[in-house]
Amino acid sequence: MNHLATNFYEAASVILFGIGFMNLLLQNNLIKKFIGLNIMDTAVYLFLAAKGYIFGRVAPILTNGVVDADYYINPVPAGLVLTGIVVSVSVTAFSLALVQRLYKHYGTLNMDEIMKLSREEEGE
Amino acid sequence: MAHVNFVHNIPFFSIFLAMFCGIITPLVKNGRTARKIHGTMVFIIMILSAILLLNVSENHETFTFMMGHFPAPWGNELRAGPLEALMALTFSVVMFLTVMGGSEFIYKEIVPEKQNLYFIMLNALFGAMLALVYTNDIFTAYVFIEINTIASCALIMAKGTAQAMVGTTHYLVISLLGSGLFLLGVCILYSITGHLLMPQMKEAVVRLMATGDYHFPLLVVTGFMFIGIAIKSALFPFHSMLPGAYGAAVPTSSAILSGLVLKSYIILGIKLVYGVFSVDVMHQLKIVDVLFVFGLAGMVMGSLYAMRETRMKRMLAYSSVAQIGYIYMGIGLGTRIGMTAACFHILAHAITKTMLFVCCGQMVEDSGNKEQIFHLKGAGLRNPLAGIGFTVGALSMVGVPLTAGFISKLYFASASVYAPGKMAAVLVVLAISMILNALYFLPSTIAIWTPAKTEDQAKPAHISVSPAFGIAVVLFIVANITLGIWYRPFIHIIEMGISLLQ
Amino acid sequence: MALSEKKSFWQKLKAWIDGEEILINADKYISTREKPELPHFAKHFSTESVRSNKKLYRLMSVFVSLVFIGIMLITVTHLPTFGEASNPSNNEVAERYLEKGIEETGAINFVAGMILDYRAFDTFGESNVLFLAVICVVMLLKRDSKNISAAEDQENAEDDVFDMEDLKLILKKGSKTIAPLVMLYGIYVVLNGHLSPGGGFSGGSIIGAGLILYSAANGQKKMQTFFTFRTFTLISVACLLTYCGCKSYSFFTGANHVGYEIPKGVPGAILSSGFILPLNICVGLIVACTMYGFYALFTKGEI
Repeated sequence: MNHLATNFYEAASVILFGIGFMNLLLQNNLIKKFIGLNIMDTAVYLFLAAKGYIFGRVAPILTNGVVDADYYINPVPAGLVLTGIVVSVSVTAFSLALVQRLYKHYGTLNMDEIMKLSREEEGE
Repeated sequence: MAHVNFVHNIPFFSIFLAMFCGIITPLVKNGRTARKIHGTMVFIIMILSAILLLNVSENHETFTFMMGHFPAPWGNELRAGPLEALMALTFSVVMFLTVMGGSEFIYKEIVPEKQNLYFIMLNALFGAMLALVYTNDIFTAYVFIEINTIASCALIMAKGTAQAMVGTTHYLVISLLGSGLFLLGVCILYSITGHLLMPQMKEAVVRLMATGDYHFPLLVVTGFMFIGIAIKSALFPFHSMLPGAYGAAVPTSSAILSGLVLKSYIILGIKLVYGVFSVDVMHQLKIVDVLFVFGLAGMVMGSLYAMRETRMKRMLAYSSVAQIGYIYMGIGLGTRIGMTAACFHILAHAITKTMLFVCCGQMVEDSGNKEQIFHLKGAGLRNPLAGIGFTVGALSMVGVPLTAGFISKLYFASASVYAPGKMAAVLVVLAISMILNALYFLPSTIAIWTPAKTEDQAKPAHISVSPAFGIAVVLFIVANITLGIWYRPFIHIIEMGISLLQ
Repeated sequence: MALSEKKSFWQKLKAWIDGEEILINADKYISTREKPELPHFAKHFSTESVRSNKKLYRLMSVFVSLVFIGIMLITVTHLPTFGEASNPSNNEVAERYLEKGIEETGAINFVAGMILDYRAFDTFGESNVLFLAVICVVMLLKRDSKNISAAEDQENAEDDVFDMEDLKLILKKGSKTIAPLVMLYGIYVVLNGHLSPGGGFSGGSIIGAGLILYSAANGQKKMQTFFTFRTFTLISVACLLTYCGCKSYSFFTGANHVGYEIPKGVPGAILSSGFILPLNICVGLIVACTMYGFYALFTKGEI
């Protein structure tokens, strides 16, 4: 329990991940579903960013001309987060475009209704 | 200066060639020109992969290729051995034949101004699959998994109908869930090992297992990564995205997605088993047993679902679920011979299922775009080539001797002998699954060869079979029977590849 | 068929072979629910059969998520302590990026050096993801024969008329002053990517925001005088090709140990750090085009 309090960033990020996951499963509105996915992604980035931090050190950009690994935080997670953010932006744009097309056709954002309408169409 | 071996550049060159062709395709206005660029690219990569395969299997070697100026723990790396080369060769052969046989569907079903965009996706998908086969870095694998996801969703929705959109949404949500879990696994694994490259990770994992540190996180990570891969490759409880997506997509897309894309994730999984977690750790953490159980469940349930489907493409999609179950069952045996059987089944299924989808697409088109099985009655008489292709594919799926499917089932059965405690389960489920396969493939095969009763179905619509389709189906059949008769060299290469992976 | 209840086994088998009927009603064996299914749902059952039972589905989802959070919290308690310098991830890899980064890449922003030089393959994949996403959005939303409606055309035409008139004078004048400043700031962030926080992606998004502001205030017709779909494709493709070319060169020379002659320059100067500056510019341009492309396609279905 004590350890959970020290690792509070990680704890918060996994709770966020769970919230996103629950959104994804429970929401019927497609946009809310994709917001859930976004929350999941963001939670992972928070987790990664927390993993890179070291107490008392500065951001990994040359400061005061010091070239010493003990002066800066770990740059690897920052790079991974950057890559991850781009991926998540792309996926979000794609999914929202899909939602727009679906809305144009069915006139609703409710996943269940869309499923029902699509099945009826197929049955014709 | 070190010796420059050109053959070692082939993996890097293949990936970049595919990506390069994807990038230049938007400049092309016409779908047919884009198709030519794509075909040439896949053909070049096919030749190169064959050269690579001959070379590495002759020298019994596996090599790593430094992506840039920095050696392993700092820079990216590719890795190639006989298994990777064989998979790359299979992917390029199947891709080449599928697009050759299925290009007419693309021209007919996709609006002309967007056909070139379809080929961008196809090129990028191919590049990403090659990258997944060759990569030796786990974060690179994640990035290319995402490329794979986006490109495969694009292939599904390219048709532009509302059905396709619904199928894509379903596929996208479930795939993203899978890649999210995989990413979370990668992050935790990085935080406890400090590496992203597979060989260094493996050392760290072995060290952690020896000292007993971080035992619980390691278990959770292994679980997450394999659940992620299982979701993406549609292992049984996570299969619900397949039928809707494959049923609504262009047949070419369905063929590529089911034959190749699902396999690329499984190959990544196999690389993780040997390259990161090592077989001992997998046994200690009981991951193999879980995969085994789900594989068995998938074999039976996929077939049961397929039996109650009256639409052809959805039936084939459920059949893929069953076949993916076979592969996971082979991996779950946890022995090297089980893995060999699983890898051989990857080849057999890739070559069979793509042929089934392409022929099925052609027959559905000849029967007035209706895909209920009773609408397809007599389709084989209307278009004999497609009918023969479908029949050979169905026989191979059931496991009739002289076809590729028979050999893989034989190897699964013999592999079970070496897995104590799993033998009975494997043999029983294998028998049940084969009977079920026969039960749903035979009726549809009989249906397509039965003359249609009613007038309107029997009307001899002037059916034009493009020569490309004919050549592709003949080559598919030849490849299938080749795998079914001269299987020894392939088994030999797979065994060598697996022993070199460890 | 009235006699359907009394069909003999052979008749049933024949119907099944013809694909007109299913032989085994797998529902009976698979479905775990007691409640008889609606005939409508009987045809499709995958997630739908679970989904149809709303309450159970919701309870299951909450349960799964809570179990997930629980497992993850236990995992977190076992993970390395937050902020400790002795954690496994602070090893020789990070050390070399920090200590030799300036010497080996020429960038004083260590993260830029890491993602664009040490681990450039990932970043190449990442820019491809962005490119593919924008192509997907084009596939989905750009007008074509299957995706067109009279109402939308009319709406767009009305927008164009409205944009032409001098009704929103303050907005137009304001945007003409602010948009160039925004873009200039974006260009600054891109060009200084190897020296300070920022880089291709963040700078590119700022430039994209400038383009969106200009387009929103002055209308798409005005925007199309200098930025059409053709321009968009050409810029994206040219930048990605440059990226692909630079990286192929550096990967090829690096792996084969042949000569690699890219001057690193003086660390800290604007013209330094080898390929990182041109790559940042390429990424910046792609991202700017992409961001504007998303906006235009989502609002009008046309770039």
